[in-house]
Amino acid sequence: MIATSRSPLLVVVHLSVLLLVALWTLPTAGLLISSLRDKDQLAVSGWWTALSTSSQNLTGRAAAPEAQIERDGKFVISGKLIEGGDAKVSAFGFRPLQPAAFEAGAVADLGEGQTLTVREDGSYEIVSPTKMEGTRGQRIFYTASVPPRFTLDNYREVLNAEGIGASFINSLTVAIPATIIPILVAAFCAYALAWMPFPGRAILIAVIVGLLVVPLQMSLIPLLRLYNGVGAFFGVPAKTYVGIWLAHMGFGLPLAVYLLRNYMAGLPREIMESARVDGASDFDIFVKIILPLSFPALASFAIFQFLWTWNDLLVAMVFLGAGNEELVLTGRLVNLLGSRGGNWEILTASAFITIVVPLIVFFSLQRYLVRGLLAGSVKGG
Amino acid sequence: MQQLLFAIFTMVGGVLACVAYFFGTNFLLDKMFPSKGLTGAQASKNLRITNAIRPWLFMAPALFALTVYLVYPVFESVRLAFHDRSGQQFIGFSNFAWMINDGEFRQSIFNNFLWLLVVPALSTFFGLIVAALTDRIWWGNIAKTLIFMPMAISFVGASVIWKFVYDYRAEGSEQIGILNAVVVAFGGTPEAWMTIPFWNNFFLMVILIWIQTGFAMVILSAALRGIPEETIEAAVIDGANGLQIFFKIMVPQIWGTIAVVWTTITILVLKVFDIVLAMTNGQWQTQVLANLMFDWMFRGGGDFGRGASIAVVIMILVIPIMIWNIRNATKEMEGH
Repeated sequence: MIATSRSPLLVVVHLSVLLLVALWTLPTAGLLISSLRDKDQLAVSGWWTALSTSSQNLTGRAAAPEAQIERDGKFVISGKLIEGGDAKVSAFGFRPLQPAAFEAGAVADLGEGQTLTVREDGSYEIVSPTKMEGTRGQRIFYTASVPPRFTLDNYREVLNAEGIGASFINSLTVAIPATIIPILVAAFCAYALAWMPFPGRAILIAVIVGLLVVPLQMSLIPLLRLYNGVGAFFGVPAKTYVGIWLAHMGFGLPLAVYLLRNYMAGLPREIMESARVDGASDFDIFVKIILPLSFPALASFAIFQFLWTWNDLLVAMVFLGAGNEELVLTGRLVNLLGSRGGNWEILTASAFITIVVPLIVFFSLQRYLVRGLLAGSVKGG
Repeated sequence: MQQLLFAIFTMVGGVLACVAYFFGTNFLLDKMFPSKGLTGAQASKNLRITNAIRPWLFMAPALFALTVYLVYPVFESVRLAFHDRSGQQFIGFSNFAWMINDGEFRQSIFNNFLWLLVVPALSTFFGLIVAALTDRIWWGNIAKTLIFMPMAISFVGASVIWKFVYDYRAEGSEQIGILNAVVVAFGGTPEAWMTIPFWNNFFLMVILIWIQTGFAMVILSAALRGIPEETIEAAVIDGANGLQIFFKIMVPQIWGTIAVVWTTITILVLKVFDIVLAMTNGQWQTQVLANLMFDWMFRGGGDFGRGASIAVVIMILVIPIMIWNIRNATKEMEGH
């Protein structure tokens, strides 16, 4: 665009774009990486350390005294602190204030003749000259270097135990019809507004442009009352999938009609006139010529509407309810934020499941999304 | 699974019903007022009638849905704003009087204005910067895709992503939130960012800016490409440097688009709800109008009067932009 030759300025440009890209992608990358990490590691170290062997200060407990066995006249409790086995213990201790008082393999004096040894592989041994009493095992603090561990366990857990799987189906149930049904309705309306002269057309278009920006909040309470009324009148539940499909259709229509009308109005007049000369009716022209030609605009709108219905929280909360059965993914995620706020292994995996579908749509159909954005916004200026 | 089948079934049913409606009404219209096979005056009279009716047949389903879901609610909300919590009793301006004296409402208005000042400005600014810079490098399109990507992520998903960025662990233990980790690495003390009144608003805004910059970038990038080459070439010949060209030649030519981007994001900001609900639910003085409205809809069994009056306030804030949009659209249509 600008005739910039290779210059120091270009290096600055490269670096600043790199910085911006990093700022924009790192949060998502952090989420994705964290969701794949072992949940114990995730809780104690940053995701940027995911690939390095981490040194962790851990606490374990030896087996209870009832597990002791008598060996050579002494009482011994032994076992392993770490399951799995890749970790290496470098130091250990038995007092909270001195968690790393002894090197691995050293013998620590617990008093009263008892000794504790923790070896590098995580196995421990408590030796006592007398029979040990009590119900709880000795607490052992140790420092271990744990190799990075990646797992799909977090995903398995949220899909089954946290209801994310069911919510995923709910979200699909909401989004698919709510995307497809408005298209045809909007397309017919857009064609009439673009190519059929009738009195009041300009005013109608102006009204639709106005409706584009009406805040959803204006609709919520009246529609909730209306739905409750309809539900009570016909003796059906007020919060149904049909209700939310129609709501999403109503809220999506202004954009749909506006986008499609703009696109159709830009189609060449000659095509329609020659078809009309050949005796085609408006209906024929629309179905056989306009609809196929408008495919890019229809695709743009479909993507918008799908992203919007899939990502929507407000409409689903109001018109589908917040009960456990009918929660969509976004609603479920908000609930998990409240109930499992500290369990990042659950939150990150759940969040990634909710965003993966829109991301697939985004990366595969980006072209249409961009086109739709341009048609919807630039024309207004 | 069963409900998914139900959904697909309804979808097919809905589409078929639409086809049947459009085809059927159209067929009936042609049957009632045939224009083929008739002579002269009668045929042209029938043709005129069908031409007058057909647009309305085409538009009827859409207009019906728009009326039920958007037009009627606007009037009904305004009516409810002057009624009590159940919508039965007319109480005049009481809801608005309550509003003015309510600390939480004033907090929300204040926060909303903060959002309005910061988010559209920064989103547009970053969008413009990225659009201008990525045009000059070979991997610009990859960069654009990555910056555009958050557009596809739900506000709730984005909230989780950023909550993780802002995560706080007590001082001394290892930070797993990247922001606190950076702060600690530079020798600072970790903070629970969400609980610092006033500034926490900005941490919430970052999320929306992160999402909206991609939108601004896409639109502005197209506008920048639309600038006539000659104007830039002329500036280069006159010896202008890169910055001068950008600010004195390019930006003035896309003011219209910048305004569109700005207003679009402004509308979105007025409706911001999910982010606040997910991150703080209005605690620590981060309440905004849309979340407050949602709150009143269900608080204590739901106060529809107060909820509606807050919605009306949001609507009033939107109206100037609405008028501006309509004016632009009408002007453009006259130009056609």
